[in-house]
Amino acid sequence: MSEEVVLLDFWPSPFGMRMRIALAEKGIKYESKEEDLRNKSDLLLQMNPIHQKIPVLIHNGKPVCESLIQVQYIDEVWHHKSPLLPSDPYQRAIARFWADFADKKMSDLGRKIWATKGEEQANAKKEFIESLKLLEGELGDKPYFGGENLGYVDVVFVPFYSWFYAYEMCGDFSIDAECPKLMAWAKRCLEKESVSESLPDQEKVYGFVLQMKKAFGIE
Amino acid sequence: MSEEVKVFGTLGSPMSCRVELALKLKGVQYEYIEEDVHKNKSPLLLKYNPVHKKIPVLLHNGKPIAESLVILEYIEETWKGNPILPEDPYEKAMARFWARFLDEKCLPALWNAAWSPENEREKAVEEACDCLKTLESTLKGKRFFGGDTVGLVDIAAIFIGFWLRVLQEATGQELLSAEKFPDLVKWTDEFVSCSVVKESLPPRERLWAFFKARVAGAMDAQTNASK
Repeated sequence: MSEEVVLLDFWPSPFGMRMRIALAEKGIKYESKEEDLRNKSDLLLQMNPIHQKIPVLIHNGKPVCESLIQVQYIDEVWHHKSPLLPSDPYQRAIARFWADFADKKMSDLGRKIWATKGEEQANAKKEFIESLKLLEGELGDKPYFGGENLGYVDVVFVPFYSWFYAYEMCGDFSIDAECPKLMAWAKRCLEKESVSESLPDQEKVYGFVLQMKKAFGIE
Repeated sequence: MSEEVKVFGTLGSPMSCRVELALKLKGVQYEYIEEDVHKNKSPLLLKYNPVHKKIPVLLHNGKPIAESLVILEYIEETWKGNPILPEDPYEKAMARFWARFLDEKCLPALWNAAWSPENEREKAVEEACDCLKTLESTLKGKRFFGGDTVGLVDIAAIFIGFWLRVLQEATGQELLSAEKFPDLVKWTDEFVSCSVVKESLPPRERLWAFFKARVAGAMDAQTNASK
């Protein structure tokens, strides 16, 4: 049966990047449609009426929304290649826990770092580094969160690396100085084509963040 | 093999209720340990959930799992009887979508609608009603969100099934009405009348008293603020 896979995406979105990596890891051919979020397409509004957000995965005409759910979905459908979640239920629970943790902390705190100032920003930076250190602890001595290969947590978390430079510039701090092991992990991930082809250049992301700050009137 | 299953929870918490309900549905024997999360978290809780320090925590043969939706998926994958998720990957993705919708949009909106300050109340109520409207249309007259049997989404929606009614009585604010949301109200009746669900719920009077006390506290705070 021929599979039709479409991804509604937006280049700087870490959530979109997760799907790019996962689809590449699985060797799935797909059509990528870039959305202009100030002018959402009818297709996006039809396929994700509840949240009206990207990414949206459309598989044989049926939409799957929310990137964590999408990654698990393609892991289950294309289960014969490059499994992202382990097979043991307990290890799967650990992976889901940390993916959820990385997802919530990075999204929320990252936004506060580029979009706020003063005490709010300082608190966000502190908690951001604490969260990264916890993730570093979970990584331990493994090359990837998934063990010997990229796994679910790696796919969920590594896209935020493309935003680290923007966070550092906006927050005036060094992530590398605080979390060298994590930076080594990110660079290791980038040696994989599925990751390097999916993450935009950090400077480009910073440029985008500056545009957003201007648009929202944030200094 | 003997299984050792423990649940660290708090009476009155819908999240800890989710875990107990799933275990009961699957016929899994477990030991329940009550945690005083407001005043005195036990050393065991802090050991088993060092990251969030919250309940519920499931302990299976000494191995801890935290976060209620993560725990529900673990329970589903470990004990195969009475499945709470469909087999089909697409249907599974949809169930996960609605469970997340409940946690990230719906439940916070319902909570805000009850407790937000006067000047934010109208907007909060509107958001809450939008969420209920979405859930109503998802139910589409089915007996349960899971179809003919209780599933992940029904379990995740336990707050709406039980807590919301009690909250509405305590605050006098009616969001979930039979006129506006007939299918959803019918679902709450069906769901709560299941024996396994009834067994998992906290005592109604205690929950009502808790909410009433909170309403009184909120009114005092408002009176003091306007003095």
